[in-house]
Amino acid sequence: MTKIFVDGRPFDVPENQSMLQACLTLGFDLPYFCWHPALGSVGACRQCAVKQYRDEKDSRGRIVMSCMTPVAEGVRISIRDAESVSFRAAVIEGLMQSHPHDCPVCDEGGECHLQDMTVMTGHAYRRYRFSKRTFRNQNLGPLVNHEMNRCIQCYRCVRYYREYAGGHDLKEFVLRNLVYFGRQNDGVLENEFAGNLVEICPTGVFTDKTLKQHYTRKWDLQLAPSVCVHCGIGCNTSPGERYGTLRRIVNRYNGEVNGYFLCDRGRFGYEFVNSPERLRQPRLQKGGQGETADGPVALVHARKLLDGGKVIGIGSPRASLEANFALRTLVGQERFFAGVEDEEHRLTARMLEILRSGLARSPSLGEIEKADAVLVLGEDVTQTAPRMALSLRQSVRQQPFELVDKLQIPRWLDHAAREAVQDAKGPFFVAAPHPTKLDDVAAATYRASPDDLARLGFAVAHAIDSSAPDVPQLTDGVRALAGRIAEALKNAKRPLVVSGPSLKCEALIQAAANVAWALCRAGKPAALSFTAPECNTLGLGLMAARPLGEAQQALKSGEADTIVILENDLYRRAPREQVDALLASARHLIVLDYLETSTTHKAEVVFPSAPFAECEGTFISNEGRAQRAFQVYVPEGGIRAAWQWLRDLLIASGANGAAAWQGVDDVLKTLAGSLPAFSAVPQAAPSAAFRMAGEKVAREPHRYSGRTAMHANINVSEPKPPDDPESPLSFSMEGVSEQPPPALIPFFWSPGWNSIQSVNKFQQEIAGPLRGGDPGVRVIEPAKPTEPDGPAGPDGNARADFLGAPPAVFEPQPDRVLLVPIYHVFGSDETSQRAPAIRELTPKPYVALDSEAARRFGLNDGDLAEVAVNGAVERLPVKVRDGMAAGVAGLPVGLPGIENCRLPAWARITRP
Amino acid sequence: MLSSEEREEIEREFAHYPTKEAVCIDAMKIVQRRRGWISDESLQDIAGLLGMSVDEVDGVASFYNLIFRKPVGRHVIMICDSVSCWIMGYEKLRTQLTSRLGIKMGETTPDGRFTLLPIVCLGACDHAPVMMIDNETHRDLDPEKIDAVLEKYT
Ligand code: SF4
Ligand code: SF4
Ligand code: FES
Ligand code: FES
Repeated sequence: MTKIFVDGRPFDVPENQSMLQACLTLGFDLPYFCWHPALGSVGACRQCAVKQYRDEKDSRGRIVMSCMTPVAEGVRISIRDAESVSFRAAVIEGLMQSHPHDCPVCDEGGECHLQDMTVMTGHAYRRYRFSKRTFRNQNLGPLVNHEMNRCIQCYRCVRYYREYAGGHDLKEFVLRNLVYFGRQNDGVLENEFAGNLVEICPTGVFTDKTLKQHYTRKWDLQLAPSVCVHCGIGCNTSPGERYGTLRRIVNRYNGEVNGYFLCDRGRFGYEFVNSPERLRQPRLQKGGQGETADGPVALVHARKLLDGGKVIGIGSPRASLEANFALRTLVGQERFFAGVEDEEHRLTARMLEILRSGLARSPSLGEIEKADAVLVLGEDVTQTAPRMALSLRQSVRQQPFELVDKLQIPRWLDHAAREAVQDAKGPFFVAAPHPTKLDDVAAATYRASPDDLARLGFAVAHAIDSSAPDVPQLTDGVRALAGRIAEALKNAKRPLVVSGPSLKCEALIQAAANVAWALCRAGKPAALSFTAPECNTLGLGLMAARPLGEAQQALKSGEADTIVILENDLYRRAPREQVDALLASARHLIVLDYLETSTTHKAEVVFPSAPFAECEGTFISNEGRAQRAFQVYVPEGGIRAAWQWLRDLLIASGANGAAAWQGVDDVLKTLAGSLPAFSAVPQAAPSAAFRMAGEKVAREPHRYSGRTAMHANINVSEPKPPDDPESPLSFSMEGVSEQPPPALIPFFWSPGWNSIQSVNKFQQEIAGPLRGGDPGVRVIEPAKPTEPDGPAGPDGNARADFLGAPPAVFEPQPDRVLLVPIYHVFGSDETSQRAPAIRELTPKPYVALDSEAARRFGLNDGDLAEVAVNGAVERLPVKVRDGMAAGVAGLPVGLPGIENCRLPAWARITRP
Repeated sequence: MLSSEEREEIEREFAHYPTKEAVCIDAMKIVQRRRGWISDESLQDIAGLLGMSVDEVDGVASFYNLIFRKPVGRHVIMICDSVSCWIMGYEKLRTQLTSRLGIKMGETTPDGRFTLLPIVCLGACDHAPVMMIDNETHRDLDPEKIDAVLEKYT
């Protein structure tokens, strides 16, 4: 702690930050533009000027930029000093010179940092009388809108996009007052994190194009704290609703998880909730015809089907813990099946076992960002766990930061720090079957078949710890690479291994664990991160469900004759014939889901369940963090949370215990009491009983408008807000006036800070944890946490036996290829692919071949190829993708038009 | 497509710089010397050769006023509009030029002979007003001298 003086008052603040940061943490309103907590300081906009004084006798002082001035013992500044005040007003007057003053038609209006700062500096009157510079805007694709006239040249966009997110197609052009921020030409922004420009840009240049389709001001949205459901990372979000439809998603800061940023799948995938393919009323199948029914009728009907008691339930990795547990309770533990492909089920169990019994801890994204040596083993992270890729990209700065420290340059002095290290990057290795988007920051890449990737992993583990299994028949090149990786990881302070189930290869997961454990045994606090395919993959995994493959058996043997499927399209999980056979052998089929799928089409009873935003639920992320997503609004029609339908079925079937399940809290309490793995889950968020000064947290901003008028076309009397006794939040603008606890923050707002940058006011320190701690509770920890000093393991602290054995060398075949799955951030996820903007960016199905393989099969880019795999033949256009591992080809999985396909598998590719 | 001479000349520059990107300005000068300007296609070719995105190359190109992103005439007139020349009669000079050539600033004569552009101080303030045609500086100008100067360029 260091003493500084602001306007004569002494304060103790931590060192290693700028005066701007310190002042904001202390609660002062000091305007800024070019500084951003994740991007650091460059001193470009001059908006944060303050007066600095030599000592208490100095009354003249000099103007400095607070963002460029380090906190140091005895630094004295004044924010209120008249000269600084007028300097700041002059700066904003200059920045606003060519601004179109079009706030009423600007999508940023009402949550604009430029508006806030203009008001803060008191620049209320325009003196500039001449013509303004104007620009032509670009079409940047379906996600981000461009309106350049509003630009104030703060350079945040290009710094974020290029330096932070690693993009190349956004740039500043020209000079002077004509500086233009955009692409060389119109076209879709290529970076998977482009959507963050919407929040990075302090003005209305970059805004959310999906919001524009159904525009609503921030103050008119009803919001709730939520969690992204489009992959296993569990980024925190604030979805906003008006008139019963979801309007947009913005980032909800969580210092440990997503920080300031989301991926574009997560930001723009929400529109599936507004889809015309939503199920809104229960449906009964009668004589081949679907007929809608009321809830009670459907429940009575479904209960009759369940009466025989021979019921199995199929859970879902995209359904909440509450829903899965309710289904498990309805059918019984032995009749609860995991709704995922068997191999995925097995690998999830392996990963959980490794994380819970091994030495290495699964890191949060915040910790991943701070790793100083990384091995990515068999994951294309940008496509399978997008937000993690953005964190990994930052990790390569960690080792070079040591040079920055040595030169006594503060790390936050961004361009000085970048200049000092030039292109130097920390050790980062990517091993994957094909090129990945993180290759550009890698010290070395290795492209091989899944088995060979695992062999590399085993070799690295062996090189770190010779008691790990050795790898026979290793080429000199691979051994040398393994040695280099091992060396880098061993020499690091916070080494990290990333792997996951994407390639469906158990050996890869074992190899990754072995590398991390070998490091732990050598006394390194190694972290081990596995990606998870869906938002509750680990939650379902912890419920010890039976594998889906056994469901068929259960029906055949007569053990069961009725299936209840929870929020799951089985046709995405197993081959069509198998699912057809499974469903055909059931006498009755009950499905709960929110979107129409191939599975709901077959159901005798369909219950319309509520997706995220329409109900409350808890999910466990790949880190092992249980997080609560709250209901944003009450959906129209007969929609209810899946767990509520299931509870009512339980009650109808005479299970009286379930009657006590009034809210999510009650379900979680039963869950925590019956399965120890979930005992901490209720702590993920305050319970429904939470009140501050007797009040709940309001989901609506206090400027929410039109409450009395918005339904006047239906009824002139204002409807009573929906009751919500089972939640700490209210469907109202009335609520606590203080800051709510972190897990209950529906949106960030603070007086004078209408933009999302108001998050400053909610943090313990800038870019640190939220006041009261970052939301979520970790439920997966290693058996015994690794001690940073002193090896654990052999003395029996925790399981440290190395796992598995290296697979045999992969032999490429002249007449066949090993088809591996390729993932797409836009398209591979089931729900976001049904959002129109994401659909526009989803590739058409294809088969990816290396140019060498294409030549061998006599195919060119764009030709139709016949792909024979798993006993079926598909016709797909060829995409020549160079850099694929020898003997390997790729098929995009999860895209519309590509049915479940068990990969990797050998395939024959021919010209039709 | 870049000609093989252009390509070779650019590649020769690689030896002088630590990274390929650093050759960007030289590469554009090489191409512009042969073609007069940098077309979108040249931009792409240079980007490909240097391992940069077109956006990055155009960011550099558009920053420098001597890199031309539009076709120019056979001769480029750059008339200084900075303060010394302005005091010494730049405006009269400009009026004379635009009326003689029949074009506005930034335009090219229909016969493709001249392009007229403004430029900042040419470092010859003691001989203001000044203009530069191609690589030749013309000092101590006044409107009467313009015709004689222009005559030299065909
Ligand atoms: S576009 Fe936005 S972020 Fe970029 S420089 Fe302009 S105001 Fe700043
Ligand atoms: S899809 Fe995954 S990475 Fe992207 S915002 Fe959602 S949780 Fe985060
Ligand atoms: S915020 Fe300090 S100069 Fe821009
Ligand atoms: S001002 Fe024209 S040459 Fe200097």
